[in-house]
Amino acid sequence: MFGLDNKDTRLLLVVAVLTLCAPFILNPFPTDSAMAQFNAGYPDLMQRFVIFGIFAIGFNILFGLTGYLSFGHAAFLGVGSYSAVWMFKLLSMNVVPAILLSVVISGLFALLIGFVSLRRSGIYFSILTLAFAQMSFNLAYSVLTPITNGETGLQLTLDDPRVLGVSATADGSIPVTNLFGMEMRSTFEMALGPWAFQFNAGYYLCALILLAAFYLSIRIFRSPFGMMLRAVKSNQQRMNYTGLNTKPYTLAAFVISGMYAGLAGGLMASMDPLAGAERMQWTASGEVVLMTILGGAGTLIGPVLGAGFIKYFENIFSKINDHVLHSWFSFMPDGLEDFVVFIIHPFIGKGWHLTLGILFMLVVVFLPGGLVEGGQRIAKWVKGRKNKDDSASATKTPAE
Amino acid sequence: MSKSAFSRRGVLKSGALAGTGLALPTIFTASSAAAFTNNPTGSSVTLGFNVPQTGPYADEGADELRAYQLAVEHLNGGGDGGMMNTFSSKELQGNGILGKEVKFVTGDTQTKSDAARASAKSMIEKDGAVMITGGSSSGVAIAVQGLCQEAGVIFMAGLTHSNDTTGKDKKANGFRHFFNGYMSGAALAPVLKNLYGTDRNAYHLTADYTWGWTQEESIAAATEALGWNTVEKVRTPLAATDFSSYIAPVLNSGADVLVLNHYGGNMVNSLTNAVQFGLREKVVNGKNFEIVVPLYSRLMAKGAGANVKGIHGSTNWHWSLQDEGSQAFVRSFGTKYGFPPSQAAHTVYCQTLLYADAVQRAGSFNPCAVVEALEDYEFDGLGNGKTLYRGEDHQCFKDVLVVRGKENPTSEFDLLEVVEVTPAAQVTYPADHPMFAGGALGSCNSGA
Repeated sequence: MFGLDNKDTRLLLVVAVLTLCAPFILNPFPTDSAMAQFNAGYPDLMQRFVIFGIFAIGFNILFGLTGYLSFGHAAFLGVGSYSAVWMFKLLSMNVVPAILLSVVISGLFALLIGFVSLRRSGIYFSILTLAFAQMSFNLAYSVLTPITNGETGLQLTLDDPRVLGVSATADGSIPVTNLFGMEMRSTFEMALGPWAFQFNAGYYLCALILLAAFYLSIRIFRSPFGMMLRAVKSNQQRMNYTGLNTKPYTLAAFVISGMYAGLAGGLMASMDPLAGAERMQWTASGEVVLMTILGGAGTLIGPVLGAGFIKYFENIFSKINDHVLHSWFSFMPDGLEDFVVFIIHPFIGKGWHLTLGILFMLVVVFLPGGLVEGGQRIAKWVKGRKNKDDSASATKTPAE
Repeated sequence: MSKSAFSRRGVLKSGALAGTGLALPTIFTASSAAAFTNNPTGSSVTLGFNVPQTGPYADEGADELRAYQLAVEHLNGGGDGGMMNTFSSKELQGNGILGKEVKFVTGDTQTKSDAARASAKSMIEKDGAVMITGGSSSGVAIAVQGLCQEAGVIFMAGLTHSNDTTGKDKKANGFRHFFNGYMSGAALAPVLKNLYGTDRNAYHLTADYTWGWTQEESIAAATEALGWNTVEKVRTPLAATDFSSYIAPVLNSGADVLVLNHYGGNMVNSLTNAVQFGLREKVVNGKNFEIVVPLYSRLMAKGAGANVKGIHGSTNWHWSLQDEGSQAFVRSFGTKYGFPPSQAAHTVYCQTLLYADAVQRAGSFNPCAVVEALEDYEFDGLGNGKTLYRGEDHQCFKDVLVVRGKENPTSEFDLLEVVEVTPAAQVTYPADHPMFAGGALGSCNSGA
């Protein structure tokens, strides 16, 4: 289907089912139970899952295929966000022009940075992209304040000169982002016994765009162009010696992944019309590298998993505090309760970085192929056990 | 190999899938029937405490969190009641808010607008918080204030000193108890005049972001009104840790006062550098060289150690104040945690109490009712004397303290001494003051 072979179609369908049913999948615990703390099925986090999924998919097209490690991808995310917010301020609250502009602008920006950075490869390329991104961050933070509003971040105000649409609604508030009238923030809540599921319009828009982005990425992976990029990764020198100019290919990959990042930035601004400079900081660039490696660089679904994993920790673990811990362990005798809380305390709340770091280390050491490799190993183990059962019975039969 | 032929079944299947996908969002546009966002219907009400737990302001954040927990304890009738006993309004009974037990959720802003908004959103969307409070940086406070306005919940700002929070970025659902850059300037100017005279040349080192600029503007305007001359305004990157290269030019500029518009770690480093360069022993233009730190806090003084001795600045509140409210607060905070609270802790404690009281008086958690109850509300007994929550910009007007680094500290907390309590009238400005112009409150949003 869609020009994909069976295996890829199945993968796409799995991703489609996962994203479209996310409100159910991510809310496995009843709202009033103690485990509700681990529910992730609320609009903002679901949006973040898919938006950073898109970001990581795009990054993977560059890093997974060509092996060029860009350490400045957050710059494109930031540029995308700023373009989208400016579109909201100046043109219309409809998200379509905003998203289009963010993709175009970040594509142009990527062309510029890629043109310069791709003159070098390996660590020099990484440093160049890092330098560009950090430069963009610093510019956005201070010098370019008239455009970016500096530290505070670019926000909508009541006196934005919106060409199509109103500056302020009749009741004196800022209009909200919409898709031809459908508000991005509108959420339908479905109560099902003790469970509550939230279906958010913005999330579904992001999810559909994620599916499109994922599909496009499969097509790129399977295309002759993707093959050329893989060749660049395995031995660029040899390709140069055979008289092939690899630069157009790497540049194209860089621009495509920059546009993916811009798309993610535009979507972020569409869901929440604010663009802050720290979106471009090197930590943000590092984060997408982590996502990709954690999930499995060079695999199709890995980056999406990695993005979900990191965002889950950032948003769920950071909100567990001692108060919550005490309520969990209140069944224990007092001294023991305090002791258990004391042991767990460094890993939750402000310690979520530590937990994530440990998990990242474990994944990199034991599963160099990321979470995808973990999945494959489990699948193999299950299959192996089944085979062993078969073979065991097979060897038994003749003995009898 | 890819197969590009469309089978009938394939087209039908994909068509159905795409159709469902497209239709899904439009089915679910009906909003719930609640009168306002997160109307608490059960026996408890949830507040969201969104503070920096990691990053440069983690110390302030940790202290804020302590104060929030103390406030919740007092609201629910635990502890000794703290400032609830000295508060001029006697609506709060110690049985929660409107009889509902107060619960809270916490989040980490990481001192980043994005992370702060994500955290606040999860509080609103997942935990059902009806009020968000916190923030230890103006950028974050402004970002979260905007979010709360959109979402239809109340935002009670924590430590945010920029003029913009209640100036050009003010919002109807946002309220600030803390003082601001303009007030620092207005409070400091008369003291500086008495100490250093009217013929001075000031050199500004400013953290290069919104808060730094508004403070620099405010202080420069206030000192120039005294007759001082501003020699130079130099912007320093927020991430800078070594200020030597910025201090050296000060020596040759002919300036005799250095104004450090820095906060937190920045101020600790720049002040230490300045003292190391021997600026304080210098005599320029026949006058002793002086250093001024407009926004002071005890946590910063602790970081800078002996370097703060004799250096003047302003602060929102200090634990050594002798009024009844401050003493009650210091007592209950000290009993619970073993050390005195910082100004950040004080302001967020007040904000929580003020919110609870406003709900109680309004008789409803509806944000619009709360806004109405807080606007132009006058109160006393929360440590800053008589205070007014001005309706035009949602800024509190109260006395501002001018403090000085103590020469002979008696303990690690006794680092600052109050030089003067500048009365509220002297730091009050019209709502349309040019430094605060350009924004609009808009109308309150209850999310209905």
